Amino acid sequence: MKLALHYREIEGKSTGFWILLGGLGLLIGLAMGSVLHMEHAGHHVTGMNNQIVWGLPHVFAIFLIVAASGALNVASIGTVFGRSLYKPLARLSGLLAIALLLGGLLVLVLDLGHPDRLIIAMTYYNFKSIFAWNIILYNGFLVLTIVYIWFMMERKMNRYYRTAGFFAFIWRLILTTGTGSIFGFLVAREAYDAALLAPMFVIMSFSFGLAAFILVLMAAYNWTQRPLGDLILFRLKNLLGVFVASVLYFVVVYHLTNLYATEHHAVERFILLEGGIFTGLFWIVQIGLGSLLPLAMLYHPTIGKSRPAIATAAALVIIGGFAQLYVLLIGGQAYPLEMFPGYEVSSSFFDGVVSSYSPSIWEIALGVGGVAIALLIVIIAIRVLRFLPETLEDEVVDPHAAAKVG
Amino acid sequence: MSNDVSNQMNTSRRTFLAKAGTTAGAAVVAPGVFLTTPAAARPADEPVDIERRWGILIDTAKCDDCSDCVTACETENGWGSANPVEEESSPEQQAQWIRKVGLKNKSTGHVLSLPLMCQHCETAPCVDVCPTGASFKRADGIVLVDKHICIGCRYCMMACPYKARSFIHETLTDQKPWAPRGKGTVESCTMCVHRVDEGKTPACVEACTAENHNAMFFGDLNDETSVISQELEKHGGEQIRADLQLNTGVRYRGI
Repeated sequence: MKLALHYREIEGKSTGFWILLGGLGLLIGLAMGSVLHMEHAGHHVTGMNNQIVWGLPHVFAIFLIVAASGALNVASIGTVFGRSLYKPLARLSGLLAIALLLGGLLVLVLDLGHPDRLIIAMTYYNFKSIFAWNIILYNGFLVLTIVYIWFMMERKMNRYYRTAGFFAFIWRLILTTGTGSIFGFLVAREAYDAALLAPMFVIMSFSFGLAAFILVLMAAYNWTQRPLGDLILFRLKNLLGVFVASVLYFVVVYHLTNLYATEHHAVERFILLEGGIFTGLFWIVQIGLGSLLPLAMLYHPTIGKSRPAIATAAALVIIGGFAQLYVLLIGGQAYPLEMFPGYEVSSSFFDGVVSSYSPSIWEIALGVGGVAIALLIVIIAIRVLRFLPETLEDEVVDPHAAAKVG
Repeated sequence: MSNDVSNQMNTSRRTFLAKAGTTAGAAVVAPGVFLTTPAAARPADEPVDIERRWGILIDTAKCDDCSDCVTACETENGWGSANPVEEESSPEQQAQWIRKVGLKNKSTGHVLSLPLMCQHCETAPCVDVCPTGASFKRADGIVLVDKHICIGCRYCMMACPYKARSFIHETLTDQKPWAPRGKGTVESCTMCVHRVDEGKTPACVEACTAENHNAMFFGDLNDETSVISQELEKHGGEQIRADLQLNTGVRYRGI
């Protein structure tokens, strides 16, 4: 019997569904409370200061934004590169991209010193600022992806969806380049100021976005008891392995380049050897747990075929991604600015001193709230609209391949 | 049959959307986060003389351990010890417009001290990165923050090679009318723009001269006859992080 592809809303009536929704709502409530507290009292209640200017909220925000553009990749592979296997996943891919981006942007905006001035950010543009460009890139990404999903879902517009998908793909590449450039353009700080950061952020987005997609896909199909075939899942996990290895390659090149240039030796020594928490996060979490371990798990002949192992590997990639951004963002700021080469520096403003940072509960709640809002958007959307195929059995995903295997 | 199921689904969807919408609406509106009135528009710029480029020259040979320039700035602009309202903030969070930096040469052991503040770069990284244009450079070279359109993103602080800028972490009161400091915005040395526009010198320079240290010179870098230009011509002056080629308005001698 030939199975056809049918999209259908999830039922969303179970107790588990409402508990999940309530739990996410609670996290979002805590985040909103934190925002009110931070904005009312001022940022003195946070761990951020005039030395560590961007803190945990920015790690969360940038992770979510980077993962958002990466989450769209699954749809792009189907639409732009014509891999029919991925097409049934395109709607969810677009949805997750929108949800993650909204979550990230909310965290970013709500951490501003003046979130009430959002209208100013939308109306006053300094076009030399990559930040200003990013505001346009984020909004454009949301609009393009919504149109893309609409064209996929609306039969009358179906013939245009390839064009929409193509533009969304190009746009997302520019968007992540823009996000990477936020740091790449910072000439002042030793750890940033590298053109390599832009392509590195693009490849990071591939990895983080796909890891998030795999987890959401597995959870959605598992919790709704819909069949998810090995064919598609194994294809995705192999792809994740390629992306994780690519990120690792960029990280190696980034550090080797810095190690070659004498002027960057000190900051490399800091991150790789003497940076305390940052060194630990780099080697143990980013490289060990977040890159090498998931690579080994994903490509292991037996473990690589176990679903819990695939889910664990995807989760590890996400944890490693957070660590990577934490080391880059916070570590890059903790290392003192090199203003007077060859001098020992001291001042009342902590010049020449490695700055320390410990995030407050408010910042943690805000960041987690961003993740919760992204997940809530996904859950509500798949509850009310037809994003998920009723089944992703091998016969539905790719009848020919399934027949051959059978 | 399939219609029935579809209808059921639609009814259930409507109920769900209505419930979810009400809850979400209440959650968004209740805290008032999105309902705040937008701030006033940017005021018209006052015309400044574009022929001038204001600058400060600091002679580190004459600069000792004193901090008269810092105290004068605090008093003039109402920050730090002069206006102890930042008591909620930690020392790492408190604003510093100007600070004394102690330097010791690692190979020779030579010790020197200098004041460090906004360097008023010609191509200021803070101005380049500011998304709204709140960070701006006046035609006469003074770099300022427009507090009306600063959204508090702190990207300028990430971009500044001199750590010259501070973010305000708490509510402030009793500000000076010419230094409107405020929670959630970024601020830095204004080169005492209010005094300069009245034909006076910045408070730090005035204090340094008054105490007879004479380590600081203020003037027009474009005017060949000004004291600062003549001092620079005679003895030269370096920029901190000259490698970045920012063409700073603040120059140092003896670094």
